Amino acid sequence: MEQDTKAFQRVYTKLFQLTKATVSLHATGVGNDELAIVDGRPAQVVKIMDDIVTLQVFQGTEGIATDAEVVFTGKAPTLKVGDDLTGRFFDAYGSPMEGSKEIMGKEIEIGAPSVNPVRRKQPSEFIATGIAGIDLNNSLVTGQKIPFFADPDQPFNQVMAMVALRAKADKIILAGMGLTNDDYLFFKNIFDNAGALDRIVGFINTTENPPVERLLVPDMALSAAEYFAMEKNEKVLVLLTDMTLYADALSIVSNRMDQIPSKDSMPGSLYSDLARLYEKAVQFPDGGSITIVAVTTLSGGDITHAIPDNTGYITEGQLFLRKDTDVGKVIIDPFRSLSRLKQLVIGKKTREDHPQVMNAAVRLYADAANAKTKLENGFDLTEYDERTLDFAKAYSEKLLAIDVNIEVEEMLEIAYQLFAKHFSHEEVGLRQEYVDKYWKEN
Amino acid sequence: MKTTGKITGIIANLVIVETEGTVAQNEICYIKHGDEHLMSEVIKILGKKAYIQVFESTRGLMVGTEVEFTGHMLEVTLGPGILSKNFDGLQNDLDKMEGVFLKRGEYTYPLDVKKKYEFKPLSKKGDSVKAGDWLGEVTENWIPHKIMVPFKFNGNFKVKSIENKGKYKIEDTIAVLTDDDGKEHKVTMIQKWPVKMPIKAYKDKPRPFKIFETGIRVFDTLNPMAEGGTGFIPGPFGSGKTVLQHNLSKNAEADLVVIAACGERANEVVEIFTEFPELDDPRSGRKLMERTTIIANTSNMPVAAREASVYTAMTIAEYYRAMGLRVLLLADSTSRWAQALREMSNRMEELPGQDGYPMDLPAIISNFYSRAGFVYLNNKETGSITFIGTVSPAGGNLKEPVTESTKKAARCFYALSQQRADSKRYPAIDSLESYSKYLEYPEIIEYLNENIDSKWTENVHYAKDTLLRGKEVFEQINILGDDGVPIDYHIKHWKAELVDFVILQQDAFDKTDASSSFERQSYMLEKVVDTCKMDYEFDDFEEVGAYFKKVINQFKQMNYSEFDSDEFKKYEKAVEKTLKERRVEKDSDKDEDKAEEKSKEKKAAKPKEEDDGKESKSEKQKDKKDKESKSEKQKDKKDKDSKSEKQKDKKSKDK
Repeated sequence: MEQDTKAFQRVYTKLFQLTKATVSLHATGVGNDELAIVDGRPAQVVKIMDDIVTLQVFQGTEGIATDAEVVFTGKAPTLKVGDDLTGRFFDAYGSPMEGSKEIMGKEIEIGAPSVNPVRRKQPSEFIATGIAGIDLNNSLVTGQKIPFFADPDQPFNQVMAMVALRAKADKIILAGMGLTNDDYLFFKNIFDNAGALDRIVGFINTTENPPVERLLVPDMALSAAEYFAMEKNEKVLVLLTDMTLYADALSIVSNRMDQIPSKDSMPGSLYSDLARLYEKAVQFPDGGSITIVAVTTLSGGDITHAIPDNTGYITEGQLFLRKDTDVGKVIIDPFRSLSRLKQLVIGKKTREDHPQVMNAAVRLYADAANAKTKLENGFDLTEYDERTLDFAKAYSEKLLAIDVNIEVEEMLEIAYQLFAKHFSHEEVGLRQEYVDKYWKEN
Repeated sequence: MKTTGKITGIIANLVIVETEGTVAQNEICYIKHGDEHLMSEVIKILGKKAYIQVFESTRGLMVGTEVEFTGHMLEVTLGPGILSKNFDGLQNDLDKMEGVFLKRGEYTYPLDVKKKYEFKPLSKKGDSVKAGDWLGEVTENWIPHKIMVPFKFNGNFKVKSIENKGKYKIEDTIAVLTDDDGKEHKVTMIQKWPVKMPIKAYKDKPRPFKIFETGIRVFDTLNPMAEGGTGFIPGPFGSGKTVLQHNLSKNAEADLVVIAACGERANEVVEIFTEFPELDDPRSGRKLMERTTIIANTSNMPVAAREASVYTAMTIAEYYRAMGLRVLLLADSTSRWAQALREMSNRMEELPGQDGYPMDLPAIISNFYSRAGFVYLNNKETGSITFIGTVSPAGGNLKEPVTESTKKAARCFYALSQQRADSKRYPAIDSLESYSKYLEYPEIIEYLNENIDSKWTENVHYAKDTLLRGKEVFEQINILGDDGVPIDYHIKHWKAELVDFVILQQDAFDKTDASSSFERQSYMLEKVVDTCKMDYEFDDFEEVGAYFKKVINQFKQMNYSEFDSDEFKKYEKAVEKTLKERRVEKDSDKDEDKAEEKSKEKKAAKPKEEDDGKESKSEKQKDKKDKESKSEKQKDKKDKDSKSEKQKDKKSKDK
């Protein structure tokens, strides 16, 4: 990280206490949260007691000697923002990766105050992704925050990249926390190949970087998002992957600060820490918006673990990926997935029959699931059960699978085709008006 | 002279201040950080060191910065103009704040000092008054807002002078009172009160004895809330807590609603901001927002202010209760408040209790719940605060400390079930898991029997028993398969489904079904219970489901129609007709008893036998009683009034 030493900066060279992650020294005139450079490594003030200042060194304290140079910068961590952020990738400190040139622009503090709730607008703009499992069943809305709950072996990064590229966002900001280098290169290539680099900004902490650095990444990304959404009135989509690794970094820090852990050895402030980030999702009055799509990896599908559990209370729904072995494809699970804000757009911004078609299809899919259980338990299937099973297979393949890429109208048409093929009007139970208007017998 | 001090330590939002002067526990102080004055509260004092929690971000604070103590605790300003405002947890008027982002250290006055209110005196010169007594009245929106003797006034006072009818601003003196020593005190329309102290300007606080009508059947019919009662709704995420709270605030029989949005999603608060000003209040015919006050501390706002927000809301509710109003207080969610307590306790390095929560968490929670209640004011008028809080149990586990502590404090428990939410059975309250302790209060039972229907409690218990039996047989059906159980099991299952679909489930988005009056609930309950008490004949289990689906659908159409309208009656007739198709007419009590015996035998060797035995006994008694009144009632249901009802009951008891 580049840092020119200026005249007013205070330099100290006497550390009297070093732990794995922190150093302490005697210093005065230091502000809380202030950024400092310890032996060339960025560090942040986490505790001040009289003239004793404790700094958290993001990269760890290996090799730091008691006479190491400590320079206080006089400010909290900042990010330089400007139009030339686009198309580039940065590290956790907001410095360009791979040696490209510094950003020219104004410097803003990261982790700015929250939006006054009475100034927020109610989210109301539909985000089309082309994936029917999302658009049809769990429609996303600008200003929403929603995570994928996925097991580590599922292709969540691929799905997220797809969502990002198809969503008609003005800017896509990728916050990579603990990304493997392979995944970082995947994102870079896919954005490059799609010719979308001019809409992309990346803040990346890979597994090669120290884990505590991750804590800065989402704040950097969201500060950049706020800049574009607030000052340029742009629709910004922020991708946070993977929030579980972010939370792990939180627990490392709290552990090193001797804090008493709460559930699942997470810090007691986990809810507030996560909410602070997710709540940056907002619809601004002047048209700009920040939408957050995140990934929370689960261990063994356990959503009662503190990380997914707290996340679920904060976000507006969640999306589950599941491998459907009947069709051999990854689908968006219609039962466990939920978008809490979909009511704001479906049937209003999309075709009027959207909510009914969505519910009918999911209900029939649920009937199929019941039929399957019957089958597994050795009971006989009725003729209706057989039909629901056929329907479920086609529904899964043609609509739920993540490789689908069509417009909402077409999704609705396909749904009607499937209904007509497998069921009678009465069994589907749509409002008569819609049946007359849209139902076509095959 | 105000006490001042200097910062000596900073750990996140806990700041340590060294001071020579007098400092009180919970005193408010301001950190003078440049132009920004950051509000904080003393939470611990050790020698010369005061530990303060800062209600704002502490970024950039330095050791040596001056801190000024105010000499008072966290107070709210009470007076006309609170209604339909949007406050933050410290009662700042959010609408008055400039800019899109909240600025640190920006505080706005909660009321409007320029607005003139039409004042009408309610007391006269020479009257003897004390704290909480009504001096006058202004109209706030449509609520008569009483101007009271400030709650802080101790002892007895005499009204020396009071202003005449006319328009006054809230800071104008409207009365002068003299105390026992002859000292004069000026009274304006506003007063201040520390939020952590309960306002006790009332005469008596009896046990709740009245029912609080919410219009929601799972509450009113199955587990009713009492006026001035307390309840809580725990539930995993996605189970519909927030929708339920919104419905409560829309339909409950309250004069006004105070909502503490405590550490929840900002977009949910925005939903209230956007929708409530548009929604019609079904009770007053005006807009819902006119009787609603929102205290918003969303999850990204500073943690320490979150704790304050629930107290601010409670104090505002207490203020309106003292005017003789029925207040509904909703807090979503109290778990976030408890988490805020945990964060501070952790920073102060206190020894933690279970899950890292402070040891005194149960005490703090019960103390807070105890501030709700029904009261008789000094002038014999009544007022009440009905409090319903939500709890967000970690991992949906109800054995965690916040849920358990709340369970000890609240009298009603409304269990939201993920399973019901998943199968879209809304409201997703599991009525069997839930309870209302008020149903055990003799004064409540008496109230219900007198004011609603003499058979009400009986019917409620019958409906609950039907649900329980339905649940038990459904488990058996699932294990043994559809054709592995007697048809009787299917009938029992579908009777429970009937209660579930017609009584429990309610469409919050349907104009008619969203709110159901007690009269209507009583009528429908009786109908459904009567239907459940009948015997039905089927040849095949598949017929049972199809038949009951039809009955349920017709009943549901009744729910969707205006009560007592032609449409309603049309569907009612349809129900009657359908029921006749399969109903087995009972001839005498004897036969019925035999049938009971038989079904008991059938079920023998099942573990639930004991319960059933008990139920059927009481059923028999009930049935006998019912018979008496039924024949008469069916002839003319609408004309029944509670008097003749009671007489009938007496008769049957005499027999």
